[in-house]
Amino acid sequence: MILTKAQYDEIAQCLVSVPPTRQSLRKLKQRFPSQSQATLLSIFSQEYQKHIKRTHAKHHTSEAIESYYQRYLNGVVKNGAAPVLLELANEVNYAPSLMARIILERFLQEREETPPSKSVINSMLRDPSQIPDGVLANQVYQCIVNDCCYGPLVDCIKHAIGHEHEVLLRDLLLEKNLSFLDEDQLRAKGYDKTPDFILQVPVAVEGHIIHWIESKASFGDECSHHAYLHDQFWSYWNSLS
Amino acid sequence: MPLCKKRQPSKSKGEKLIKRAPIFYLPLKQKNRGRRGPGPARERGGRVPGGPEEVVSGESLGWAGGRRPRGAGSPGSSSLGLSDPPNLSNLEEFPPVGSVPPGPAGTKPSRRINPTPVSEERSLSKPKTCFTSPPINCVPSAQPSALDTSPWGLGLPPGCRSLQEEREMLRKERSKQLQQSPTPAHPTPESGSPLPSRTGNLTAEPADPARVSSCQRLKLVALVYSSCIAENLVPNLFLELYFVLQLLTARRMVAAKDDDLEPSPGALDPLESPLFQSVHDCVFFAVEVLERQFQVLCYLDKGTLKLLAENERLLCFSPALQGRLRAAYEGSAAKVSLAMPPSAQAVSFQPETDNRANFSSDRAFHTFKKQRDVFYEVLREWEDRHEEPGWDFEKGLGSRIRAMMGQLSAACSHSHFVRLFQKQLLQMCQSPCGAGGTVLGEAPDVLSMLGADKLGRLRRLQERLVAPQSSGGPCPPPTFPGCQGFFRDFILSASSFQFNQHLMDSLSVKIRELNGLALPQHAPSDEDGESDVDWQGERRQFAVVLLSLRLLAKFLGFVAFLPYRGPEPPPTRELQDSILALRSQVPPVLDVLTLLRQGLGARRAVLTVPWLVEFLSFADHIVPLLDYYRRTFSLLRHLHRSLVLSEESGGEMCFLNKLLLLAVLGWLFQIPTVPEDLFFLEEGQLDALEVDTVASEHGLDSMPVVDQQLLYTCCPYIGELRKLLASWVSGSSGRSGGFVRKITPTTTTSLGAQPPQTTQGLQAQLAQAFFHNQPPSLRRTVEFVAERIGSNCVKYIKATLVADLVRQAESLLQEQLVTQGQEGGDPVQLLEILCSQLCPHGAQALAQGREFCQRKSPEAVRALLPEETPAAVLSSAESIAVGLAMEKACVWLSANITALIRREVKAALSRTLRAQGPEPAARGERRGCPRACEHQAPLPSHLISEIKDVLSLAVGPRDPEEGVCPEHLERLLSQLGQTLRCRQLLCPPAEQQLAKCSVELASLLVADQIPILGPPTPHRLDRGQARRLLHVLLALWKDDFQVPVPLQLLLRPRNVGLLADTRPREWDLLLFLLQELVERGLMGRTEIETCLGSLHEAQWPGDFSKELAALFNLFLAEPHVPEPQLRACELVQPNRGTVLAQS
Repeated sequence: MILTKAQYDEIAQCLVSVPPTRQSLRKLKQRFPSQSQATLLSIFSQEYQKHIKRTHAKHHTSEAIESYYQRYLNGVVKNGAAPVLLELANEVNYAPSLMARIILERFLQEREETPPSKSVINSMLRDPSQIPDGVLANQVYQCIVNDCCYGPLVDCIKHAIGHEHEVLLRDLLLEKNLSFLDEDQLRAKGYDKTPDFILQVPVAVEGHIIHWIESKASFGDECSHHAYLHDQFWSYWNSLS
Repeated sequence: MPLCKKRQPSKSKGEKLIKRAPIFYLPLKQKNRGRRGPGPARERGGRVPGGPEEVVSGESLGWAGGRRPRGAGSPGSSSLGLSDPPNLSNLEEFPPVGSVPPGPAGTKPSRRINPTPVSEERSLSKPKTCFTSPPINCVPSAQPSALDTSPWGLGLPPGCRSLQEEREMLRKERSKQLQQSPTPAHPTPESGSPLPSRTGNLTAEPADPARVSSCQRLKLVALVYSSCIAENLVPNLFLELYFVLQLLTARRMVAAKDDDLEPSPGALDPLESPLFQSVHDCVFFAVEVLERQFQVLCYLDKGTLKLLAENERLLCFSPALQGRLRAAYEGSAAKVSLAMPPSAQAVSFQPETDNRANFSSDRAFHTFKKQRDVFYEVLREWEDRHEEPGWDFEKGLGSRIRAMMGQLSAACSHSHFVRLFQKQLLQMCQSPCGAGGTVLGEAPDVLSMLGADKLGRLRRLQERLVAPQSSGGPCPPPTFPGCQGFFRDFILSASSFQFNQHLMDSLSVKIRELNGLALPQHAPSDEDGESDVDWQGERRQFAVVLLSLRLLAKFLGFVAFLPYRGPEPPPTRELQDSILALRSQVPPVLDVLTLLRQGLGARRAVLTVPWLVEFLSFADHIVPLLDYYRRTFSLLRHLHRSLVLSEESGGEMCFLNKLLLLAVLGWLFQIPTVPEDLFFLEEGQLDALEVDTVASEHGLDSMPVVDQQLLYTCCPYIGELRKLLASWVSGSSGRSGGFVRKITPTTTTSLGAQPPQTTQGLQAQLAQAFFHNQPPSLRRTVEFVAERIGSNCVKYIKATLVADLVRQAESLLQEQLVTQGQEGGDPVQLLEILCSQLCPHGAQALAQGREFCQRKSPEAVRALLPEETPAAVLSSAESIAVGLAMEKACVWLSANITALIRREVKAALSRTLRAQGPEPAARGERRGCPRACEHQAPLPSHLISEIKDVLSLAVGPRDPEEGVCPEHLERLLSQLGQTLRCRQLLCPPAEQQLAKCSVELASLLVADQIPILGPPTPHRLDRGQARRLLHVLLALWKDDFQVPVPLQLLLRPRNVGLLADTRPREWDLLLFLLQELVERGLMGRTEIETCLGSLHEAQWPGDFSKELAALFNLFLAEPHVPEPQLRACELVQPNRGTVLAQS
C-alpha cells in the first residue's frame, strides 16, 4: 500500500519517545484506525530502531550499567513480582529486551567473574528458564514478551515475515509467468551479492525497467531506503543493472 | 642522491655480469682501461664469441695477484677483521678464495676459444651489441647501400675478415666502452675489493654459509636494497633480479691487483670495506634478497622456478626459501614457450577493399595487382635466402623494391599498398604462439609420422635450436626479430616518403582502433569452472590485441622517428635548443599522451602502456626533451612508481599485469636515448598530469588478462634469468653460451606405424587454405560457432553427465549412511570413496561432448551463413566448426572433468550431510501441505505476534480492563493448527518459535494465569475450557508440529513457579497434562520424573514444596489415572498465605 509522506510524518511524529509496548501500539491503532496494524508496527519498529541507534551508546557506559543494575537490585528486593526491569527500561527510554540484556550480562559477570560469552547470553534470552536466578528469569521474560521492537521473539517474527513475503512474491511471479532465478540458484551460480530474485527477462513497471526484486517486508522509510541502497542495491545495480 | 643510474654501454653480448647495481658498485678496475683491452677479468665470459685469449690470461694474472696479499694476512684484511671481530677466524680462512687452485685455474688456463668469424653472415643470429646500449648511429644512413643487416644496423665495416683485425676491433670497442663507464653514484673504494667472477675457473667454488664475512652488514644492505626494489625505486626490477642471480651463481672471487690491495692500515673504514669479500658473501646477500623477492619469483615461469628450487647454493643458505620455491614450482602451471612465429602466409584478396571499384582506373587496379605480386615475390625471396651467408637485403632486393615503389604514383595506390603491407605485417609477426603453424616448415611428411606427442617434443627441440638463445642480456635494445626484420628492411630500402607517411597514417588509425577495442567486460568468476572456457578465450583475445598493438606501435615509432635518428645527442647546448625549438612545432604523429591518460583513467594501462613503450623505445635523443613527450615520460614514471607489487588491495591491478608493466617500463628506462636523469627526476612534478582515475572498477587492469606466456612473449629478456641459472647448472658449458641440455636424438624410422596422425597436420593446413579463399566473415562465423558450441558443450556435460553422477553420488551416500549408521564416517573419506567410484565415468564426457558438437555445430553454421553459400563450402565450414568445437571442448573436458565431478560431488556431499542435521528428530521427513491445501492459513508471523500478545498480557503488567476472551484463545489455537498444516509459508525458525510459545501458553493455562474478559467468571478461565484448550495443544504437539516441541519447559522452575501465584492452587491441570503427555507418547515417564526431581533443587516456599512433593508422589503412584480431579487441598492441606513463587 502506498502511504503519503505527510501521513508517514504524522505517524512518526506520534512515536517520539514512546516505549515499545503493547499499550503504545494500541494507542497508535486508536489514533490511526485507517492503517493496518502491520504497517503501524513496521513504522513504529523502524522509528524506534532509529531512536535506539541514536541513544544506544549512553546506556552502555559503565556508569549507566552500574546504576541500572543497582536500581534493578533495589527494585526486586522490595518486590520481586513487580515489573521492575520493564519499568526501568521505560523510564530511561530504552528497549526492554535490550535492558534485560544489559542487566543479565551484568548479573552473570558478577556471578562468573568473567564476561559471559555472547552465545550464552543469547541462549538465555531465548529461553529465560536457563537463567540461574528465578526472579531475574521472570523479569527478563516479562521484558521480552512486552517488547514489540526488540528481542528474540520480535526477531523471529521479522524473520518469518521476510520468509513469507519471499514465498508470496515467488508465487506472484509464478502466477504472472515471469521467469526468474531465486537466491539459492544465484548462489549456486556463484553470484556474490544476490537480490531475492533476478528476472530472466526484464519487465516494465510504471515505466521503469525491473531487472531484479528484493523483498524487504518492512516499511520503506527514507532512511532505510538509503541504508539498503548503500548496502545492497548499488551492488545489484552494478552487476545486474 | 640518485640510487642508481642507468647502465652504460658496456660489454659485448657474452657479457653476463652486470657492472652496476643500484646501490652497490662492484668496482671496476679502471686502471686498466684504455691501455689494455681486457678489463676486469670478471667481465669476460667464455661466451664471448671470438673472445680473445688475452682476456683469460689477464684474468688469471689479476686473480693470482690478488691472492698473495690476502693469504699473507694483508693489513687490509686484518683491519677488516678488527672491524668485525666475530669473523676474524673466518677471515683467516679467506685465502681459500684463491688458495685452492684446482687444476686449470692455478696454472695459466688453457681455454681454447675458437674464434668465430664476425661478419654480416651471422647478422641474424644474435645481437652484437651490449645489453643496454645499442649504438643507433648506423641505422638511418642516407644511402641504402650502406645498410647493415644486423638488427640495429651496427655493422662491421665490410671487408674486415681476418681474425686479427676483428680482435683489434673488439679491443678498441671494449676500451671505448670502458671509457664510457659512468662514475659510480655511490663510490666505493675500489682497492682491495675482490670481484666476483662468473667465469674464471670452471669448477665453482663452493659457498658456505658459515664463512660469510659480515652477516649483519650484508643483511642490512640486502634489506635496504630489497626495499628499493619493492618500492620501485629502481628503474628495472628484472635487471636487479638478474644482478642478484649473478651474485648467486658467482663462481669465484677474483681479487684485484696487488697495488690496489695495499691500503694504509686503518685507512680502510669498516664502512668502506668491500661488501662482497668472498663468494660466500655474494651468495649470502643474493639469498637474503631473493627471500624478500619471493613474491615476484613465484610468478616466474616454471622452468626458472625449477632451476631456482634446484640450486644447491640456495638450498644450503636458506632451506626455507628453497622449500617455498619448490612448492611454488610444483604448483606452477606457467610453462612458457617462446615459439617461433609461424611461417608467412599471404594476405588474401579482400573484396571490400581490393576490388576494382576501389581504384581510380583500370591501370591503377592492375598496377596494384602487379605490385602485390612483386611484394610477395620479394617476401618469398627474403624468406628463402635471408639466412644464407652473404645474402644482403639491400643488394638482393633494394632495387626491385624501389622500382615497385616508383610505380605507386596515385595516393590511393599508396594507401592500398600500405594496407596490404600492414596486414601482412600483422599476419606474419603478431602471432603469440604459432598455434597451428607448421614445425620446421619443409618436411611435413616426415613430421607427421611422429605423432602428436613426439611432435610436441620436436616443437620444443626446434624451439631450443631456433629460438634465439640470448635476447641480448636482461635489457636488450629494441630489435626486429624474425620476420619483422623483413618489414624493417623493406621500409629502409624503399626509402619512400609517401609510403612512410601513408604507413604512419594507417598504423595510427589501427592503433587507435585496437586500443579502443572493448575487451572482456566481465571478470572471470572463480566459482564457476565453465566460464574458464570462455575466459581463456577472452585472455587469448587480449593477448592477440596486445601483441598486435605492440607490433604496430613499434613500426610506427620506427618510421616516425626515423628521420631524426642520429648517432648521438647534439653536441652543444645551442644546437640542442634550436633543434628543440624546431621540433616542438611538429605535432606528434599519434597523440600518445592523451591515449595514455585515457588508458590510465579507464584502468586499461595494461593494454595501453606496453604498446606505448614499444613506440617510445624508438624515440631519438631529442624526443624525451620535448615538452609533450617529457610529460608522457613523466606520467609513465609516476605509473611505474605506483605499481608496488606487494600492495594487493581489492579492485587493484592484478599481479601479473603489474609485472608486465614493470618489465616493459623498466626496459624503456634503460634505452639509451631515454635520458638517465629522467627516472630520478625530482618528485612532485605531476602538476597537470593528474589522471582522473575515478572511472569504473571494472577496468582491464583488475582482470587477470596477463599470463606468464604473454609476459615472456612481450619481455623475452626475462628469460635471461633462466638462462643464467641454467648456465650455472650446466657448469662447464658456460663457455659455449646459453644452456645446453643433452638432447636424445630420435629416429623417425621406428615411428612410421602411425599413419592416422599424418592427416591431422594436413587437415589443419587444408582448413587454413579453405578459409583463405573465402570471405573473412565465413571464418569469423565458423570460429564463433566453434567457440560457442565448445563452451556450451561443457555446460551440457555438466547438466547431463555430471548431474547424473551427482545423483548417483547422493544415492550411494544414502546407502552408505544406512549401512554405516547415522554418522556415515569421515566426510573426507566419504568423498574419496565416492570420487573413486564416480570419476572413472568422466571418461564418457569426451564421447558425449563430441556427439554434442557434432549435433549442434552444423545447425548453427547453417543458420548463420548466407543462403547462397554453396553446399560444398557449407559442409566444409560445418565440419571445420565441428572439429574446432570438439577440440576446444575435449581439451577442456579432458583436463578438467575429474576436477569438475569432484567439485560437484563434494558440494552434493556437504549438502546431504548438512541436510542430515545434527538432531535426529529434525531429520524425519518433512511433510508438505496436504494435497487440497489452498494456502489460506494465517501467516506464521501473524500468529507468533498474536500469541506473543497473549503471553505479554498474561505476564503483565496490564491495565485492569485488559484481557482475552476464551473464544479468542480457541480461535488462536485453531489458526495455529491451520498454519501448521499448510506448510507453504512456514520456515523452521518460525515453527520452533510457535512450538515454544505454545508450550508457554500451556504453562499459563495450567497455572490459570491468563486474564479473561467476559461476564461469567471474570479473570478466570473455566476449568473445562482450559482442559479443552490443553487437549487442542496436545493434539497440535502430537500431530502437527514437525519440529521438536520443547515440552520440558513445562517443568522448569519458572513455569511451575507460576502455580505458586494462584490461589487456590490447582494442581489437577498439571497432573492431567503430564499424564496426557505420557499417554500420547510426547514425553517419557522417566523424562518427566527427572524433571520433577530436579524441581526440588529450586528454592520454594515451604508449603509449595510440600505440594510439589505430593504431586510427584501422585504422579509416580498413579500412572494410569485418566482424568484426575485434583485440588491442592486434596494433596496436602495448603497454607493459604501469600507465597512468592520463588526464592
